[in-house]
Amino acid sequence: MALLKATDLKIGYSNNVVFENLNFTVNAGDYLCVVGENGSGKTTLIKGILGLLQPYNGQVEYSDGLSRNHIGYLSQQQKLSKDFPASVSEIVMSGFLNNRIIAFNYTKQERNEAMRIMQRTGVDSFRKKSFSELSGGQQQRVLLARALCAAKKLILLDEPTSALDPLATAEFYSVVKALNKEGMAVIMVSHDITSAVRNASHILHLSSDSYFFGTTHEYMHSSFGSRLLISDCPCDACAHNTKRGGREDA
Amino acid sequence: MLDIFRYPFMVNALIVGILIAVCCALLGVVLVLKRYSMIGDGLSHVGFGALSIAAVLNISSPLYLSLPVVTLAAFFLLRITENSRINADAAIAVISSSALAIGVFVASINGTNINLQQYMFGSILSVGKSDIIISVILSVFVIAMYLLFYNKIFAVTFDEDFAKATGLRTGFYNTVISLLTAITIVVGMRMLGTLLISAMIIFPSLTSMRVCKRFISVVITSVLVSVFCVVSGLLTSFTVTDVPVGATIVIFNLAVFLVFLLISAIKNAAAKKNK
Repeated sequence: MALLKATDLKIGYSNNVVFENLNFTVNAGDYLCVVGENGSGKTTLIKGILGLLQPYNGQVEYSDGLSRNHIGYLSQQQKLSKDFPASVSEIVMSGFLNNRIIAFNYTKQERNEAMRIMQRTGVDSFRKKSFSELSGGQQQRVLLARALCAAKKLILLDEPTSALDPLATAEFYSVVKALNKEGMAVIMVSHDITSAVRNASHILHLSSDSYFFGTTHEYMHSSFGSRLLISDCPCDACAHNTKRGGREDA
Repeated sequence: MLDIFRYPFMVNALIVGILIAVCCALLGVVLVLKRYSMIGDGLSHVGFGALSIAAVLNISSPLYLSLPVVTLAAFFLLRITENSRINADAAIAVISSSALAIGVFVASINGTNINLQQYMFGSILSVGKSDIIISVILSVFVIAMYLLFYNKIFAVTFDEDFAKATGLRTGFYNTVISLLTAITIVVGMRMLGTLLISAMIIFPSLTSMRVCKRFISVVITSVLVSVFCVVSGLLTSFTVTDVPVGATIVIFNLAVFLVFLLISAIKNAAAKKNK
């Protein structure tokens, strides 16, 4: 069942159209990776899905009971002020607020859930520390924990690993993968095409004049995918494909 | 010292003063962290203009005019600050000086016996009997709303994009914040004065942020600092004759700020040494 359906989407900002005629769907349990060159509109698309940007044309439909307050979001650029006085647990818990009308205090259930999420993302050891005292990678994990508190059916991650070291990146991917296995739909913007095809069920590749949307398998055999992936695909369908073996040329 | 309780105006001033102190501190944390400090300043000047006009028109309680005018101005200022295409700094400066000019102009041209200085720098005596009830109701309303929406106000202040993306009605909460700010300024400027009310909003949160690192502790410390400064300022201005109360309160705020600054400097130095 489709959670999210984009039809004839045309989005931009300040009167610049970033892309148009974009169509794709995300079903419950899907893991969609959005890839593409810098400036191809990946972050713009995420903002469009979240309703932070109004599309010029077309629409993003939520269905299957999905609404804004079932979505978790981890943004790319941290516009957050460096010296904001807030503890890690204050920030993580604020992820729950989208499901509350009056939020004077958090329930015991929410506290336990937050604790579980903080353990899972490895931030529980410094949950009483101030956000401003943490390193970039630690801050990123705190914001992931907050996104997990907010996410009920769908989580959007915009280049979540850009501030992480290789080990933390691998851990991050495994947390997301496990989450996806539990039934959470994932939309992730990534530059890391190799791990994108390893983890994702679907790929959306944006490029300046066209795009690709399909399953990871279809992607690997498409002109988009085969151009960027070095791996020699053993499958029969690829046997006749002359591999160019080029790296990302963006 | 207990003498002061024999003067009804002093008791009124203390009640209203403490309530205003709490409101200013609560909203100050949000405004400073949202980088809206100047909005408080702009609104107090708009309030001054409205007060002058109310006095000329002979409106029984000036609050009836200044409250709606300042509330409107608050919505407007918040909108232009959100819209990054307009230079918000400049817009606020233009609005606040225009409002100040209109206020002075209207007051002078009419030749009424409006005490301009009282509006500029505030006065304990300005809290009349009719005002005290309105002031108490409004302040309690501000505090109650703040407590009710505390967590959501935190979310909107910390990361508005995330809050909006995950389904929080950020527009509504921003409106609540601007409404509460407008009320606080209108109620507070009678006692503190147009020129000094913004210090009451900015100082306590800046002071507490020197040493506190969690949002909840910043809020609580701000309230304590703010109440301490208002009470000390009122008592000082009562015991020392001819000292304006607004100025005294701001000087107390400055002093406490410097103390906290020193504490944080010592703390940092100690932390460095330990490393």
